[in-house]
Amino acid sequence: MTTKILDHKHMINQKENDVDVKTLFGFWVYIMSDCILFASIFAVYAVLHTSTFGGPSSKELFSMPFVLTETILLLTSSFTYGLVTLYARREKSKALVLIWLGVTFVLGALFLLMEVREFSNLIREGNGPDRSAFLSAFFTLVGTHGLHVTLGLVWMGNLLVQVWYKGVTSVMMRKLSMLGLFWHFLDIIWIFIFTIVYLMGTL
Amino acid sequence: MTNTFDVIDEKFESSKNALHSYVTGYVLSLLFTYIPYLMVTRHLFGKDSTIFGIAVFAVIQLCVQVYFFLHLPARVRPFWNFFVLMFTILIISFLVVGSLWIMHHLNMNMMGVSPFHSNEGYVPQ
Repeated sequence: MTTKILDHKHMINQKENDVDVKTLFGFWVYIMSDCILFASIFAVYAVLHTSTFGGPSSKELFSMPFVLTETILLLTSSFTYGLVTLYARREKSKALVLIWLGVTFVLGALFLLMEVREFSNLIREGNGPDRSAFLSAFFTLVGTHGLHVTLGLVWMGNLLVQVWYKGVTSVMMRKLSMLGLFWHFLDIIWIFIFTIVYLMGTL
Repeated sequence: MTNTFDVIDEKFESSKNALHSYVTGYVLSLLFTYIPYLMVTRHLFGKDSTIFGIAVFAVIQLCVQVYFFLHLPARVRPFWNFFVLMFTILIISFLVVGSLWIMHHLNMNMMGVSPFHSNEGYVPQ
């Protein structure tokens, strides 16, 4: 009798386990295909970044302290998301998860705000994506990253509400893990944008 | 029975060093952002060595992020995850190296012909 109940329980857990393995694998494949998307845009940028067509070059456009602030905001948000995962796993604490998820959201939103400001300044000065091949490539690359951050923020806001109402359940932990993978991935992409577009661009 | 996410993350998380690891990763990543930033803004070295230097720091930064934040070693423990990662790296190297190689040769051959690479812009006849 006992064995049967245990077996049944075991089966349910096994089933859940299979779901998680498949979900994780599926999301992993998505992240990898996104890597390929960004690699192609990076290649385009690397090819076109000198084709300024008489317009301003990267050296004249970028403000380094501004970009450093953006980078620190995004790095910090990646760190605070790490804390979300940590407190969700170790203490299953709803309050701590909500707090750090909120902090991550605010940092991500600040980053996005700065990026939108940078873009609108460039466009206002007549250096929009239509100015030169270099600027088209720049707006495509940084804009695609910004779009990902925007979607990540929508997703995060969604999870904030869900955690608020449902608490830190095992399903919720699966969702939090997935967003964590996505968020850290965006941080890594930004490291390359920071190095290749901004640092190498201002040399 | 725990689910795989627990196995993957909990092993790491419940080890007493989890917080320590995140903080280490954060401090290191700030450091590896600030050093190349200084190298570029203060013009500490010549152009070529600066490019080389910040490229090296980007790779170190990548390793820090991937190890301390993404926990890659645990993520790719299932065989197919590892397989997809390797396949992606292969495709990316084809894409990036191939594009740069081909476009560089095209630029060399088109030298002085294409108005799009001149600094004066294209003036229609």
